[in-house]
Amino acid sequence: MMTRLWPMVRKEFLQMRRDRLTLGLMFGVPVAQLLMFGFAIQTDVRHIPTVVVDESRTPASRDIIAALENTGSFRIVAHVDGRPALDAAFARGDAQAAIVIPNDYSRNVGRGSTATIQVIVDASDPLSSQSALAAAAGLGQARNLTILAAAAGRTSLPIDVRIRPRYNPGLRSPNYIVPGLVGLVLTMTMVLITAMAIVRERERGTLEQLIVTPITKTELMLGKIAPYIGVGLFQMTAVLILGRFVFDVPLVGSLWLLYGVSLVFIVVSLSLGLYISALVQTQQQAIQLSFFFMLPSILLSGFMFPRQAMPEFFQWLGLLLPITPFLEVLRGILLKGVGLEALWPQTLLLAGFAVGLITLAVRRFHKTLD
Amino acid sequence: MTDVAVDIRELTRRFGALTAVSQLTLQIARGEVFGLLGPNGSGKTTTIRMLCGLLDPTSGGATVAGIDVSTAPERVKTRIGYMSQRFGLYEDLTVAENLQFYGGIYGLRGAAQATRLAELVAFLGLGDRMHQLAAQLSGGWKQRLALGCALLHQPPVLFLDEPTAGVDPAARRSFWSAIHDLARRGTTVLVTTHYMDEAERCDRLAMMSLGHLIALGSPAEVAQQVGGKTLEDAFIILQERDER
Repeated sequence: MMTRLWPMVRKEFLQMRRDRLTLGLMFGVPVAQLLMFGFAIQTDVRHIPTVVVDESRTPASRDIIAALENTGSFRIVAHVDGRPALDAAFARGDAQAAIVIPNDYSRNVGRGSTATIQVIVDASDPLSSQSALAAAAGLGQARNLTILAAAAGRTSLPIDVRIRPRYNPGLRSPNYIVPGLVGLVLTMTMVLITAMAIVRERERGTLEQLIVTPITKTELMLGKIAPYIGVGLFQMTAVLILGRFVFDVPLVGSLWLLYGVSLVFIVVSLSLGLYISALVQTQQQAIQLSFFFMLPSILLSGFMFPRQAMPEFFQWLGLLLPITPFLEVLRGILLKGVGLEALWPQTLLLAGFAVGLITLAVRRFHKTLD
Repeated sequence: MTDVAVDIRELTRRFGALTAVSQLTLQIARGEVFGLLGPNGSGKTTTIRMLCGLLDPTSGGATVAGIDVSTAPERVKTRIGYMSQRFGLYEDLTVAENLQFYGGIYGLRGAAQATRLAELVAFLGLGDRMHQLAAQLSGGWKQRLALGCALLHQPPVLFLDEPTAGVDPAARRSFWSAIHDLARRGTTVLVTTHYMDEAERCDRLAMMSLGHLIALGSPAEVAQQVGGKTLEDAFIILQERDER
């Protein structure tokens, strides 16, 4: 049983070693992705270019402008005079936010009546306007409370809401992105590589020679995926090490559990690739089908966009992607340090994917030419 | 008839509306070099693929080395060697690596594999090429390597589908002497070809046209049956008939 597996695996390794480009991609992709996503992607948008229209020009108005800038959400790029200049700055894209302080601001503050300031945000990109809006609203509220408390003769506020962001106290994007990246890199390379593996043999005519031998289809398929299990484990290790030392991403939970579940996920991705390769006739089709699967894996899995914000239908759709439960496992282990007692449903789902996809691939693949 | 190596009975294969092979019946004796002739699309490759267990027959059947290709295609695969029209080995592996890989796939291990490889390398003269990548070999050497890989497990029956396409005349000649060597030692060889000089070197021939068998016998008999003085005449007559 399985006596022909080892020659098959050995052959795959020999070919892998000679295919410099693919080899480079397999090891270069995770590093490049990590640096790209880790450095470039920040979901909390800070330092939005801001113009100021200060019609009040008083210490009070300068004080509120400084306070807004100190939230870190706004970066003041210019002081302009009047609305037309403000609109022009927005239109040119020089500014994405504006602070307008009317000339009666200081007077109203002094009199104890309501003083108005306006914060205008370019919301064509809702994501980047969000933190500015929240910062402005928060600052306004804090100011109001201080003034009201002082008027009521109190030195402390009646309610103090203390916020503790658990598992990621610095609210840093890399802590969220890097664990997810392990899943994404594995999905991208594992699915594509195996999708190509059998189709390439079909296209080059080597499959025909191989299937007139007594090799069983299980040996053939296992031989195709076995070498890439090692590649997958190497890739995730590279991402984890770089994540730890370049981006300071914590590694709280059990490494054994992490690698165990990742192994299951790697097998899932490889089986999916095999299934694709059994469906298609050319490498072109294999690439297209892999990409058809790749985009939802980024968008619907919770890799970047929170699944809770999606309509229910898309939340269910996301659950059809193996990467979705895997991301929960990754973040659970790496950031929260939880174990199987909390992550067993996701792990079970992944195991189900593995069994299902292997079965599909083996049933679909035939040792004949038609 | 215990000495029948390949026994084909009313073998038929359809692809949709097209009948590629129709009601083909013939026997090939053990140790025979049997040629399959016919223009492109006459059903030669489809026939060989069915005999190798690569395609299921639509109806009819065949036994190869006593094994039924419809019911036990995987057992057939242990008893046959096959060379496809297109070079089917790994161009990014060396000659030695290709041979070792197929040796492993055919279940040869350790010393047994080394002995068998040494035999074949001597037989095919591959000694100086062992560490070249298959991609760098000329057509003639590729063909020898492919033959080597097909012979590793000493199959009693060998199927060669246009083995000498794109090979220079000297290499073709030495290839054919290797084929006759094998046949003398009891290997049955079924070969398809376009070349008349190769067809002349077969013990017996079958000529196919549009999936049918139209002539069967020694080269001289076949030429006569189709109505030409030589085999080449016969082939041209056949092709003209086909194109009508």
